Amino acid sequence: MTTATRAKQLGFLQAINRAQTEEMTRDERVILMGQDLRANVFGAAAGALEKFGPSRIRDLPLAEAGSIGVAAGAAMAGLRPIIDLTVASFVFGAMDQFVSQLAKARYMFGGQATLPVVVRAALYYHGGTAGHHADRPYPMFMNVPGLKIILPSTAPDLLGLLKSAIRDDNPVLCFEDANLWGRKGRGPIPDADHIVPLGQAAVRRTGTDVTIVGIGLGAFLAEQAAAELAADGISAEVIDPRTLVPMDWPTIFESVTRTGRLVVVDPANRTCSAASEIAARVAEDCFDALRGPLVRVTTDDTHVPFSPALEKQIYPSKDKVVAAVRRTFV
Amino acid sequence: MTVSTEPTALPAEFACAGGRELAMEMMRRMQRVRLFEEATKVLFHAGELPAMVHLSIGQEAAVVGACLATGTSDYMTGNHRSHGHPIAKGARLDALMAELLGKATGVCGGKGGSMHLADFSVGSLGESGIVGSAIPVATGAALAAQVRGSGQVALCFFGDGAASEGVLHESMNMASIWKLPVVYFCENNGYAVSVTAEESLSVPDVSMRAAGYSMPGVTVDGQDVLAVYRATAEAVRRARAGEGPSLVEAKTYRFHEHAYGLQVPTPYRDQSVVDSWFATVDPLTLFHDRLVAWDVATSQELDALRAEVRSEVDAAVEFARVSPFPPPEAAYTDVYKEVTA
Ligand SMILES: Cc1ncc(C[n+]2csc(CCOP(=O)(O)OP(=O)(O)O)c2C)c(N)n1
Ligand SMILES: [Mg+2]
Repeated sequence: MTTATRAKQLGFLQAINRAQTEEMTRDERVILMGQDLRANVFGAAAGALEKFGPSRIRDLPLAEAGSIGVAAGAAMAGLRPIIDLTVASFVFGAMDQFVSQLAKARYMFGGQATLPVVVRAALYYHGGTAGHHADRPYPMFMNVPGLKIILPSTAPDLLGLLKSAIRDDNPVLCFEDANLWGRKGRGPIPDADHIVPLGQAAVRRTGTDVTIVGIGLGAFLAEQAAAELAADGISAEVIDPRTLVPMDWPTIFESVTRTGRLVVVDPANRTCSAASEIAARVAEDCFDALRGPLVRVTTDDTHVPFSPALEKQIYPSKDKVVAAVRRTFV
Repeated sequence: MTVSTEPTALPAEFACAGGRELAMEMMRRMQRVRLFEEATKVLFHAGELPAMVHLSIGQEAAVVGACLATGTSDYMTGNHRSHGHPIAKGARLDALMAELLGKATGVCGGKGGSMHLADFSVGSLGESGIVGSAIPVATGAALAAQVRGSGQVALCFFGDGAASEGVLHESMNMASIWKLPVVYFCENNGYAVSVTAEESLSVPDVSMRAAGYSMPGVTVDGQDVLAVYRATAEAVRRARAGEGPSLVEAKTYRFHEHAYGLQVPTPYRDQSVVDSWFATVDPLTLFHDRLVAWDVATSQELDALRAEVRSEVDAAVEFARVSPFPPPEAAYTDVYKEVTA
């Protein structure tokens, strides 16, 4: 790609900045809080402080539990906070506030509370960051009713979904696969006020022999694998759910009903992954259509090792996806 | 008030028997930290480091003064600014450097890397990439020492940024009610990445937080290795005597960017001021000049010591470079303690 065409493309960090800027301009109840926003250390907050001022753009002290709980309270009292938690591994220190307050307050208080909170966190794996920075914890939150979860794989989708998330009256967790920050995640710059509704999958490629559902970087790998399989005469349909909660089950079921085969590519750890849930639901709802085993391509159930000699092998890869598709043809 | 030592008279710690050895050991360990970090910078520029590193350059007096007030059998935990702590605690440089390169001979077999060094053989129970996360771990080690009646203490390093994390407060309260032998040691370098301590803390000195947990709190000049040593030694004495925890805060300086080589889009500190610190508050230069002034060592002796440490660091880098990578299966071991027949 030449520099000129790349300049016309939207990257992940620009998508975040544009979504936040547009929504903060549109609705003054939206505030943005995170670590190192004013110095724009992560690169997605350029110009925010100048535009919206220190009352609406706040650097948080290192206090993850407090940050999520404060957002929940501010939301109950009329604001629409966006929390930039930066790295997804930092969610763990805030788990109680996510589960006990953010997710449950509306239900437990009989619908009195409204919690329009967006929490953003990057999946920072594949880069030598080791066990404390490389988690992909979204399936843990899929296990908590009351939270919505988006996990876009292209910058235009990120822009549109994040805007929907900010407008949604429920807590939405936005996980950003940092492997897509560069070339892999770029896409055409959408027109003004580009909205992607929550809960709508994207069919990236149509096919007839097998359905590959890919999450985050997994969607990119699925497309690569589909191209390789096409050369072998296997026609793969690639679906990117984009939203994990609520999941677009009709699109997935319709596809698997046609193809009879399913592979799910998910960067999360294998056990109780998003892939596990998708496979289970397909087994329950599309059983009669199935013509082969449901195969998950996930990260192995281990921690992320530091050494470059160890790390890469634990994650999904294009080759693992191709091999998984072949397994469905037993 | 920040406590410094008096630069004029030879301090009691160095005048007594073994005093010169202590002084030289302080210098040796500070040089180890400094030269290890300088070697890390070279590896960074050569593209040999698999990931980012957070350097302790500028903070050597704080980590060394604190660690030398404890013994090898005492416990210690640290944070992401992670190389200085185990070095100061006495860990071997070669296995640390091999860990930075992800080699099988690394102190964690290549599984942890720069931010997660641990050397249990010298009491280092692990650095933490998650800010604040190791603070309760040090507290728990102190609990074990108390229950076992071992007389050990735990030294807990954390930054000014981590002082806002809830786990610090939970830990200090527990340590206080149970009189645990733990020393909370804050390296206050004025910044958490781009955010100043002034902006993120409700108190001017982290040591003031001690009052809320009924323990002594003291702020010392973190560029003065002896002042740090004194304050920590008193906290360690209290801990060993069963009098409970203390909080020591060292006011110090981070000479480099938060992570070495990190590009921060909007400047948050004046680089010319930062550059001037090498001339004004370099803890190694300050201590060097005092040792000479006190007649504890000559410049030549200190140069020789530096040269010795340099060879040690060079050997560590060579060891790390020639060491093999771990075999792929290592990615899957030690998730659980494996049952041995
Ligand atoms: C729980 C958590 N939140 C955020 C981060 C990202 N982060 C790493 S170091 C750091 C600043 C820490 O500041 P301080 O405790 O003062 O230590 P210093 O870097 O100054 O040595 C931040 C925000 C992290 N690693 N862990
Ligand atoms: Mg700091």
